[in-house]
Amino acid sequence: MDARFLRNVLLKGLALFLAIDLLVAALPAGLGKLSLYNTLFNGRLRFPFGEDSAQSYNLSLFDLDAMFAAHTISAGQKPAEEYRIIVIGDSSVWGTLLRPEETLTGQLDAADLSACDGRSVRVYNLGYPTVSLTKDLMVLDYALRYDPDLIIWSLTLESFPFDKQLTSPIVANNAARVDDLITRYGLSLDPADPALARPGFWGQTLIGQRRALADLFRLQMYGVLWSATGIDQSYPSDYTRAQTDFDADVTYHGQAGPALDESQLAFEFLEAGLMAAGDIPVIMVNEPMLISVGENSNLRYNFLYPRWAYDDWRQMMLEKAAALDWNYLDLWDLVPADQFTNSAIHITPQAETLLVEQVIPSIQQQICP
Amino acid sequence: MTLVYILAFIAVAALLGFVTHDRWRVNLLLAVSALAVYALQPTLPVRGLDFYLPTVTLALAVLGWVLTTPREARSWKNNWPGAAILGGIVLALALTRYLGFSLPLTASRPPQTLTVLLLLAVAVMLGLLIARFTSPGKAALTAAFVFVLLFFAVLKVPALSLQVSLFLRTLNEQSLTTASPLDVRWLGFSYIAFRLLHTIRDRQSGRLPPVSLSEYVVYIIFFPALSAGPIDRIESFIGDLRRPPQRAAGDWGEAGKRLVMGLFKKFALADALAIVALNGANALQVRTAGWAWVMLYAYAFQLYFDFSGYTDIAIGIGRLLGFKLPENFNAPYLKPNLTQFWNNWHMTLTQWFRAYFFNPVTRALRSGKKPLPIPAIILITQVATMVLIGLWHGVTLNFVLWGLCHGLALFVHNRWSERTKARFAALSQNWQKTLNLGGALLTFHFIALTWVFFALPEPSVSFRFLQTLLGGA
Repeated sequence: MDARFLRNVLLKGLALFLAIDLLVAALPAGLGKLSLYNTLFNGRLRFPFGEDSAQSYNLSLFDLDAMFAAHTISAGQKPAEEYRIIVIGDSSVWGTLLRPEETLTGQLDAADLSACDGRSVRVYNLGYPTVSLTKDLMVLDYALRYDPDLIIWSLTLESFPFDKQLTSPIVANNAARVDDLITRYGLSLDPADPALARPGFWGQTLIGQRRALADLFRLQMYGVLWSATGIDQSYPSDYTRAQTDFDADVTYHGQAGPALDESQLAFEFLEAGLMAAGDIPVIMVNEPMLISVGENSNLRYNFLYPRWAYDDWRQMMLEKAAALDWNYLDLWDLVPADQFTNSAIHITPQAETLLVEQVIPSIQQQICP
Repeated sequence: MTLVYILAFIAVAALLGFVTHDRWRVNLLLAVSALAVYALQPTLPVRGLDFYLPTVTLALAVLGWVLTTPREARSWKNNWPGAAILGGIVLALALTRYLGFSLPLTASRPPQTLTVLLLLAVAVMLGLLIARFTSPGKAALTAAFVFVLLFFAVLKVPALSLQVSLFLRTLNEQSLTTASPLDVRWLGFSYIAFRLLHTIRDRQSGRLPPVSLSEYVVYIIFFPALSAGPIDRIESFIGDLRRPPQRAAGDWGEAGKRLVMGLFKKFALADALAIVALNGANALQVRTAGWAWVMLYAYAFQLYFDFSGYTDIAIGIGRLLGFKLPENFNAPYLKPNLTQFWNNWHMTLTQWFRAYFFNPVTRALRSGKKPLPIPAIILITQVATMVLIGLWHGVTLNFVLWGLCHGLALFVHNRWSERTKARFAALSQNWQKTLNLGGALLTFHFIALTWVFFALPEPSVSFRFLQTLLGGA
């Protein structure tokens, strides 16, 4: 081995690295569709999400292709004998602190419902733990390619304010998809909003995408432990319970009441979702929330909502549902306060059962009209 | 060792590779290695301990030199640069507490300078007294040997580590409720202890070459091999140290190859496998035998790639500096029997145990007045050696069980091969190849199954996992 040989190895290595780097930048997006889930590993029962990967065998990533490819909904063509229900929403649907079988979706699926035409009902959890109607719309829009027969959309006021729409990391890091939604549904969002991350040329190279690629790889690796253990979330033996005492603060997203400014709420995104669904029936559920009994609970229901704001929004929803003939379940006060876990919208498995009991009749109306 | 430190070490080694002047080379290596002892030490919850443990490492190395060097070779004239460098580094690092920012050279802010000065003065006085009144006689060397073993026991026996932590926390007026054996994590001490014991034993047997203070301390704390070996022999190391680096393209090429291989093994393969490898938590969560095997295989290969990756990196950095560090792994999982596996897995450790435990004990048992039968001697020495190697990893029942399994299996293989050697030699090449392949598969699976005791914390968890592997849980 002489110096010239070494120099050539270094130069060729460098050239090869640069070439691969540029090639990656030139490739169209969609690498996330390549997945070992549903073939080598079991499909996940809910989307990949989590920050404590070593305990939860799960991780958060921004690649919607990879998230769907890892999900059990991507396991082949929809069988002819399946009546497919998808459930979208926030962490209360995804099931923070709940095992997959304890969630709304898990319990609905276990109910073994059958449609009147003989098809078996299968329910898929497409909830994702951030609150934003844009995020819900993005997931719904993608999920339509899986041919759902019924959509259940779980809602809460916190996902409506315009200033919440781009704060979800998965929205902020999917600018191209948001652009597409803006174009197709005429959404009142600014494509030039700095919250939307738009990587430049170098951001699309191998070096620029190293984090995304590493996440994609780790997602595949965690497929082993997901298949081996069925665990996709860490379950601490102890956690901080949802707050029940509050400061005397009645402001909500900069508004002080007494009436909520409707123009600050993204109702049009809800309508866009219904438009996207087309002929597929949608059941909207105002998800249960904690009604606290504690300091200043006469002013606030919980950490998220002052009473005046929530009451006003609920009224708006009821009026719109009646006027636009929405299939709408207002279950805001269904769950007793002691059945909430670590937030105002996270509930126990027993509370999920209460919710399931309320939702099933609405589903039955759809599967056996 | 993080990737950042490894890259920094590579850069430093590449620069030091150009230093050919004897004295400069030794002293620069001493300074860099001493700094690395501090830089690599992990942060500890006991106040000041992550500064004092590296300082004790340096003190032990100096003490090791004093005790293994004849009086006439301990002259101040020849050894003052080494002492000045070590003392200067300790003081300079202690003074960094007054900088407005933290340097990546110590795990946390160094303790009060006055305390450091006081302790340093006590250490120097003690060292001078020992140097003045001792010579490398039998008693002093035996005492040093026992002293190192005692340190070892304190670190490896969780109950003793906990007592040390409680003592230090009391001294520091820190909370005792959070005390843990992990409070006394001492970077690289296992390897430092092996090198110290090696020099003490070689001094006892008169094989230790004469070395200066700087040379001795560089051998003990040589930065590429500080955290994960390999354990070089001092005579070979000193030979490389005294030979100016050649800076030949071949050496650089070889160094580059080993570094690339090592980095790939450690950071691509081992770290990826670590995600799915068996551990104390997932062992109890796995639901089926098939996935349990996948986790066990992942552990077996993670361990190999991690350790052999670090060895490649150490050898590569050593090569940049002009050292030929010994190999530690030679395709161990492909070996057709357990004896060959142990001749090719963590080779420098097994050679150390062979030289300083297995062979002396075998000789002692054979030369007794009533020598035991050969098979009994083999059984005793192999089981004892492997249990000791197990205990070196940690004083827990699981490591004892692991050592016991390997000791007994080595004995069984020894007896089996003794009986079948002639018949095996008479077989055709094809049959020998087939049997070797079968042997490699069998050996690998035996090793993988015994890793269960190595990877998991308790026998109950290990046996439950073994049951899962066999489809019984």
